[in-house]
Amino acid sequence: MRNILVLVEQDSEGTFVPTTVGLLGLAAQLGRPVALVVGGTDEGVAPLGSLGAEEILVAPAGSSDELGNAQVQALAAAIEDIQPAAVLVSNSNELRTVAARLAIVADGAVAADAVGARFDAEGDEVIAEHSVFGGDYVTESTAEGGPLIITIRPGAIDERAEAVDSPVVRELAPTAKVGPGAQVVSRRAVVVTSNRPALRGAKAVVSGGRGLGSKENFALVEQLADALGAAVGASRAAVDAGFVPHTYQVGQTGVSVSPQLYVALGISGAIQHRAGMQTAKTIVAINKDADSPIFEVADFGIVGDIFSVVPQLIDEINKRRN
Amino acid sequence: MKIAVLVKQVPDTWGDRHLSQETGLLIRDEDSSVPDEIGERALEHALRHKDANPDTEVVLVTMGPEMAESALRKLLALGPDSAVQVTDPSLGGADVVATAKVLAATLRRIQPDLVLAGNESTDGRGGLVPAMIGEINQMPVLPGLDSVELADGEVSGTASADGVELALRATLPAIVTITEKSAEQRLPNFKGVLSAKKKPLEQLSLAELDCGDVAQTGARTVMVAASKRPPKQAGPRIPDDGTAAAQLAGFLRDRRLI
Repeated sequence: MRNILVLVEQDSEGTFVPTTVGLLGLAAQLGRPVALVVGGTDEGVAPLGSLGAEEILVAPAGSSDELGNAQVQALAAAIEDIQPAAVLVSNSNELRTVAARLAIVADGAVAADAVGARFDAEGDEVIAEHSVFGGDYVTESTAEGGPLIITIRPGAIDERAEAVDSPVVRELAPTAKVGPGAQVVSRRAVVVTSNRPALRGAKAVVSGGRGLGSKENFALVEQLADALGAAVGASRAAVDAGFVPHTYQVGQTGVSVSPQLYVALGISGAIQHRAGMQTAKTIVAINKDADSPIFEVADFGIVGDIFSVVPQLIDEINKRRN
Repeated sequence: MKIAVLVKQVPDTWGDRHLSQETGLLIRDEDSSVPDEIGERALEHALRHKDANPDTEVVLVTMGPEMAESALRKLLALGPDSAVQVTDPSLGGADVVATAKVLAATLRRIQPDLVLAGNESTDGRGGLVPAMIGEINQMPVLPGLDSVELADGEVSGTASADGVELALRATLPAIVTITEKSAEQRLPNFKGVLSAKKKPLEQLSLAELDCGDVAQTGARTVMVAASKRPPKQAGPRIPDDGTAAAQLAGFLRDRRLI
């Protein structure tokens, strides 16, 4: 079994984040998961076994406050040490920067924003799977002539690894020289003020569009979202109209989501928007214009007034739940 | 202060975009190709600094086929001083590392104090090239900034992504990538459009750059398959006759979604 190197992430309390669980799940499908922890303690890293790590490499956090330097150095050392068939890194703002710098330091290649990976038919090389242009195309890529570094789209991996009883824990001494990193002045966890799930990675999403008409009316979207336990999103038109902040935007620009259920309220369904949601498993659309393109991708469409249908729908959902 | 802005011509996201199913490469169509919006927002940061400090020089940098010139002319109308376009037939299908090596070599010629770019393009969405350039040219990268402060000899800003708020700073030269919430791009005016035609636009081939034959050396990513997803079969579309909400709730229950 070939080694698959996973760069793990912890939050400020030391808990391994959900993307790390997914990366170890994917690594277990591919081969032998080796978790790399930067700045961990032997006791702190123990839970990684239960998440599927067969081996845990612990690298020092380093004294530098330069963004990403310790991670790039540790990854370069781990690649030398275990010669992995692939390196898995979450495609987050911070870690894809690490992956990019690593590709230069370790003379590797990057398969970006993958949604999965598999070995080729001969079992020789890892193939990364990508969903591009909002899921219109599926592409596969691999590396030639150097280590394959794959950045994985957060929330894309559903697989979970079986627990490993007593993983090997080793310390790693990074030596690679890396370029300068940005100086980290401060780092703090963003306090989530909402009880609703975050848009990225949510199992259900209810989005509103221009059809809501005003900022006040957008409460209707939130009410249905709460009835469904869903995250709240919006089309670009609703964001541009000032109904909700930019962070709500689902689409080619904005957040791409792939939930079990996506409900579009008063959204016409421009390609721009569909590119960010059309890979949802089930799509429901309610819009008064029967010709809206959103209906072309909807599994269930209602041509009607959202202000009359949605309150009824909330009642029906609550009735069926009780 | 000299600011280089990395820009890119991309297919318009308001239309359907296509990959060749033989090569896996983007099918580029001049009519529906536009400057990437995130690059326009990056440019906006440079132009604001130039508005406040008229001695600022702003240079657009791109790598792309000859047709990318039209995107550069559109962007020049917004106010930058000049543009550099690397175009070479051997760069068609270049992967991210090769692209970064070419742009890094281009930037070594330009010698900017600050490099600005979008955090990710709307076509590739990898968000990798600026950080690679930083590592090649030994410049710090400040990724995904929502706000940018440019002061004498240093740049700073905050990035809030993935549940963390990071305050970052670096002494110049440095590379900054910005998010779409960081700035709204300006619109061109008539005077800008006229002057854009006369602004210097330098075209460089690979041989003129100090990066070797990047397409043939080093590790690279290769596309092994590309296929179009079959079109989705739409489900029922019912008019609201007063029972539609109940029917929808039944549909959601049947699919175990409530």
